[in-house]
Amino acid sequence: MSTVTWITARGLFGRRRFLLLLPLPLVLLGLAVLCRSLGVDPRNWGPPVLVGLGLAVVLPVVALIIGTGVLGAEIDDGTVVHILTKPLPRWQIVLPKLAVATGVTAVTAAVPLYVAGVLADSVRLGLALAAAAALGALAYSAFFLALSLVTRRPVLLGLVYVLIWEGLLGNFVSGTKVLSIQQYVIALADRIAPTGLLETSVSVPVASVMTALVSVGFTVLAIDRLRSFSVAGETS
Amino acid sequence: MSTLSLTGVSRWYGNVVAVNDISMALGPGVTGLLGPNGAGKTTLLHMMAGFLAPSRGTVTLDDEPTWRNPDVYRRLGLVSEREAVQGYLTAYEFVLASAKLHRLPDPAAAARRAIDLVELESAQDRRIGTYSKGMRQRARVAAALVHDPQVLLLDEPFNGMDPRQRLHMMQLLHTLGDAGRTILFSSHILEEVEQVSGTVQVMVAGRLAASGDFRTIRRLMTNRPHVFAVRSTDDRALAVALIAEASVSGVELDPTGLTVRAGDYGAFTRALPRIALNKGIRVRQLVPSDESLESVFSYLVEA
Repeated sequence: MSTVTWITARGLFGRRRFLLLLPLPLVLLGLAVLCRSLGVDPRNWGPPVLVGLGLAVVLPVVALIIGTGVLGAEIDDGTVVHILTKPLPRWQIVLPKLAVATGVTAVTAAVPLYVAGVLADSVRLGLALAAAAALGALAYSAFFLALSLVTRRPVLLGLVYVLIWEGLLGNFVSGTKVLSIQQYVIALADRIAPTGLLETSVSVPVASVMTALVSVGFTVLAIDRLRSFSVAGETS
Repeated sequence: MSTLSLTGVSRWYGNVVAVNDISMALGPGVTGLLGPNGAGKTTLLHMMAGFLAPSRGTVTLDDEPTWRNPDVYRRLGLVSEREAVQGYLTAYEFVLASAKLHRLPDPAAAARRAIDLVELESAQDRRIGTYSKGMRQRARVAAALVHDPQVLLLDEPFNGMDPRQRLHMMQLLHTLGDAGRTILFSSHILEEVEQVSGTVQVMVAGRLAASGDFRTIRRLMTNRPHVFAVRSTDDRALAVALIAEASVSGVELDPTGLTVRAGDYGAFTRALPRIALNKGIRVRQLVPSDESLESVFSYLVEA
């Protein structure tokens, strides 16, 4: 394990912020188990729980907390200087951090989604949701990581993206779905395990290409921004 | 041997100029960067360390720019003013992580050597979060020294240190400077600079106000006219006696007391008690009224 990975992981699990991650996946699991045990028809609870909660809230919010935290927290408290004063090409800082963010997000979101998918339909749907969520975790993490380098308020902007752009506009203005990571995840999951539970207007090729573009594009942006990282204007 | 060169460096934020057209070359030895708060010392150090792009001019370390060039950190170490450390790590882990990030051949040995250098062995296995300010500072210096850099930049390194730690840090900087390293530290406290360095760069309001041997600059500072506010039982009689003194260049009498301008600080402060005693006048108050650093610096700018 690289030193950057180690420091990032220690920083992530060593902060209380990490505890924020636990409730959301637990709610998702709880709801799925409850619906299943009460014998509710999956066609009724599947879409709201799997998509409405799992893919629209749990995945992006977990990714937001972690993605803006892996580098953003160090920028906030100034410890990023310790890593930056090393003769490391900046990609060797961004990539390990992205890997940690993606990994932790994927595990935190994919496990409850897998269980919920199995309870709603089949193991195949569970696996499809988990796999698509892992890809989504990569795209979201790259986006939020880059956001923490472009703005001083990454969490706020990230929330606006998740809640307003993906959550609200996606329902009314169908064109915005082409720029919605959530829709890519739904399209990919539906492609792996076709059921009547997941619906999107975004085609699978578009979803695949856009997921790749978002992941690579924002990673490159983050590396470039870190190269010109300026210590904020303290003039004393 | 490394040289850090600044050529016509300026930095502005919007229409506020933080650093104004500074040129200097720093070679081996200890240099103090002296200036009042807000003079632009930190901005200048950040540009030297590659953490800020100059708005104009160039900053180079051995002819390589420091901005957008992580390779300079093989030869450069930085101890920033902001007291940011990963508090959940022990000092040893912290310094070891630095050594590993530098890809040193034997990170463990390098970490131990650096911790030795700042005398932190006894506390190295405690979490940094439990440290005092001075200890945290030393842990950060150890991390910055772990790769034995040619150039070390320290921003206000003596802040929060007790006198013993301060002394030790000064000795450390001396040792490094004598060994041919280029050391630059900033401070707004005259005495700190006096004790550590022979060479100083004085910054005032973003500009380089003076530069060179500390003793020369110090002499300029002590030989300038000093202004004192004096109150006594008989101000007028004291004024008459004082104006006869060679060290006094002017006396002003007003209802609140005397304002005395002295050309020679030492001679005046020795003469005043003698005169008061001879004349049977009791001095109630003697306050140097322009001892603030800003006035010292502004005098320097005028000189």
